[in-house]
This record gives sequence, C-alpha cells and structure tokens, in this order.
Amino acid sequence: MVKLPIYLDNAATTSVDPRVAEKMMACLTADGVFGNPASRSHSFGWQADEAVAVARQQVADLVNADPKEIVWTSGATESDNLAIKGVAHFYQKKGRHIITCKTEHKAVLDTCRQLEREGFDVTYLDPEPNGLLDLDKLQAAMRDDTILVSIMHVNNEIGVIQDIAAIGEMTRARGILFHVDAAQSAGKVAIDLQKLKVDLMSFSAHKIYGPKGIGALYVRRKPRVRIESQIHGGGHERGMRSGTLATHQIVGMGEAFRIAGEEMEADNARILQLRNRLWNSLKDIEEVYLNGDLEHRVAGNLNVSFNYVEGESLVMALKNLAVSSGSACTSASLEPSYVLRSLGRNDELAHSSIRFSIGRFTTVEEIDYTIDAVRNSIGRLRELSPLWEMYQEGIDLNSVQWAAH
Amino acid sequence: MAYSEKVIDHYENPRNVGAFTKDEKNVGTGMVGAPACGDVMKLQIKVNDNGVIEDARFKTYGCGSAIASSSLLTEWVRGKTLDEAMAIKNTDIAEELALPPVKIHCSVLAEDAIRAAISDYQKKTAE
Repeated sequence: MVKLPIYLDNAATTSVDPRVAEKMMACLTADGVFGNPASRSHSFGWQADEAVAVARQQVADLVNADPKEIVWTSGATESDNLAIKGVAHFYQKKGRHIITCKTEHKAVLDTCRQLEREGFDVTYLDPEPNGLLDLDKLQAAMRDDTILVSIMHVNNEIGVIQDIAAIGEMTRARGILFHVDAAQSAGKVAIDLQKLKVDLMSFSAHKIYGPKGIGALYVRRKPRVRIESQIHGGGHERGMRSGTLATHQIVGMGEAFRIAGEEMEADNARILQLRNRLWNSLKDIEEVYLNGDLEHRVAGNLNVSFNYVEGESLVMALKNLAVSSGSACTSASLEPSYVLRSLGRNDELAHSSIRFSIGRFTTVEEIDYTIDAVRNSIGRLRELSPLWEMYQEGIDLNSVQWAAH
Repeated sequence: MAYSEKVIDHYENPRNVGAFTKDEKNVGTGMVGAPACGDVMKLQIKVNDNGVIEDARFKTYGCGSAIASSSLLTEWVRGKTLDEAMAIKNTDIAEELALPPVKIHCSVLAEDAIRAAISDYQKKTAE
C-alpha cells in the first residue's frame, strides 16, 4: 500500500536529503561548527570558514566553475535580482537594453519590469509553441545597446531545456553578457561552465534536495564580469553580497550539489523511466495535450492539459496527489498560467493543466497510483462537464457565444 | 485552499448530475459562464403544469465551489414555484456553502444559471 498523499511537486521544492540534513545539523549547536565564517581571530571562525570553502568547491564542481566565481545568496530569486540589476546598474553607460523571454520565472520578469521603471528598455521574446526559443528571433532582437540577455536553462512549469550553449555563442560574439537562471536545471542537466559561454548563472539549493533559503550566483572571472551589489554591508562575498554567511545552509547546499554530481546520471535514468510510464498511461486519454517539447525536456517534468476539465477541480479530485495546476485558481489570482498562454495555449487548456514533477524519492508504486487516480478523475469530471458533453455532440466550442463574466 | 465540508460533500457526491432533452416543452435550460474564465454551468429544470419545478439537472465545468454551488441549487429548486426559485440569492448559496470571498463568483454564476433556465422555460411556453 502506498503512503498518501504522494508528493509529485518536486519542481516547487524537494525534501532535504537525509545526508544533507545530517551535515547541516553539525553546523548549529555549541558542539558543532556554529562560528561566524568572517571571524578571523579564533578557531570557531576558522572552522566555519573552512566548511564554507568546502561547500563553495562542491557547488563549483557540479558546474565546472572556479570556487572564486560562486557568490552565496538567499536563493535563486535573489541571484536573478543580483545578476540582472547588478549588470544593468554597472553597465548602464554602455547600453540600456535587455532581452529576456516571456516564459521566464517571475524573479526575472519582475526584475526586468523594475528596470523598465528605471528607464531601461526590455524586449520580452515569445517562445515557439513547444516552449523553446527561436534563436533567429533572439539574434534579430539584439541591438548595439543590448547589455544583457537573460534566458532560463530549464523552465519551471513545462521543463523544456533551452539551448544555452548556442545562445552563449551568440551573445559572446556580440559582446553581450548572458545570464542563465539554472534553478531548475542544476543537478538535473549537465552544466560545464568551462565550455558554456555563460557569464552569470543562478542556483537554488532547495530544488535539488538541499535546504530552502540558500542559493548562489556564478559570476564569471575570465572574461571578467562586473556587477553592482544590491545588498550593502560588511563587504562579504568580495563586496558583491554582504551579510553573515549562513554556514549550515551553505554546507547543506554544498552537500546537495555534491550528491547531485555523483547521482545525477542514475537519478535521471530512473526518473525518466517513471515519467515515461506516467505519460504512456495518460496519453491515450481523449483530448489530452502535452505542454512543452518532449525531447528537449528535463526528466522529472510532465505538464499535461486535460481538455474540458477545469484544473482546480482536478487538483481537488487528485487530493491524494501533491501536484500543481496551471490554473492559478489554486493560488491568489484567477489567471491561467502565463507560461502556457505564452505558448499559444488557449485559456481553457491553460486552466486544465497539471504539472507532475517526479523526484529522487518517487517510487513506481506512487506512479501507478497516480495513473489510476488521474484516469478515474478525468472520467468522473468529464461526466460532470457541459463542455465535454458539447464536444461529444460535435459542437465547436469556439462557435458558441459565451457570456464572459 | 481549504474548502468547507459542505463544498467537499457536494463535490464528491454531486446531486442531480445529468441532462434532460433540451427540446421538451416543459424543460428550461440555462447555460452561463465561459470556458476562458474557468467556469461554465448548465442548469436544467423540468416544470409541471402547476408551474412547480419538479426536477433539476446540472453539469458544471469549474472549480469545486462552482460544482458545489450548482449541485446545491438543483436540490433547492426542486418543489419550488418559478417565482420562489427566482428569489434564490447568490448570498444564500455562498452562506450555505461557506464560500470564501474569492469564490463568491461561483454563487453568482449559480444564480445566473437558475434565472437563465427559468427565462428559457418562459420563452418556450410563451411561444
């Protein structure tokens, strides 16, 4: 018997790996490494500083970077803010144009909106219907005053993987800086910053079995990238991000990244098998649509729209499954997912989408339970749906005059 | 979001799901809402010679609160005259189901649905 509820929301956050938690607990109490890493005058500080150095190396190792290029932050949102505002403020005399994509995380989009209020000019590219960027359109959007391109590696909702290697070649050739939000890709997709021409990259710990509240920003040294700090204080992190380092969080992130480096390949193979098992058992349901490209996609993500069924009621029917709905009725607003809308999905399909995100601790029994639960719920809710009834009667829903409210 | 027990009960055991034949003279059909807005309600009433609603059916595309609002409505209108049914207010539904403020529109939609069904019936009988 599977334990309920089943957690299939690993793109939102993951549980902390017990091995990570153990390392963290050794950095809190009086008999542990609790010192301030900035304390230079005693062994408590030296030990903490050493623990932070190890973690910095572990994070750098996963992405083949130099530890000096890693700046600790509170998470990917802060990293995105620091990268984009930091570059914009430092290089604004060179140009004031930034390019990003409509399907970026809000941490990027809202930061760009803020810069627009400060007088910067931002181009928001439309993705193709499969969620990927057309690089010719990116090329066409580049201008002489473009200082930064910010494109995420893996999309949080639909899991598609952008070709950051190709984008890096394009930006480097034009002397434009390139920032990548890698919150959803680090530890899931191989990243080699010696090869990729990426200048800034945002990381998060809690998407790969580390703790919440800690992240990092990669800032390239060769060729050197400059950013203006956004948080001022004691000059920590070479002046780029002040604030006492949270040793236990940092050690947790380091251990999570170390484990990811060692187990990514095996994890991905297993997770992909589970994802395929799930999709293969759902795709034959009538009027089911996969959102986002299937090939260029991270292993753990499956985002599906079930036409004629409303997303929030589906989430309610799947009460034993922890999943996300693209119908943001589940959150504060009543707007359908802006990511799915950007792909050209209509409101109905955006409202009826479910994101399953499979993780390290998901089992095959849980996937089988999920398959049964989804198939039963879709059948039940369609029996309740006037739209399904009309579809079955052959009525074109687009020809109906709806009374919008 | 936490739903009230009554919403969950109606959602899990919806009353009077289904459809009557639209063309029958004693059947009134109301369809309100829009797919793009995330909810569509179809409510049907069957009216006897004395002008009393003797049966009702619904189908709803929408969130749990929308399904519960329409399910509850089918229970309430049975045995009521058209005038009595017209007097049902969205606030009564919202109160009965303890709908949170963001879900009040579901009860408004249910009120619209019964009015649309009654108006459809009256139009038919007037012909």
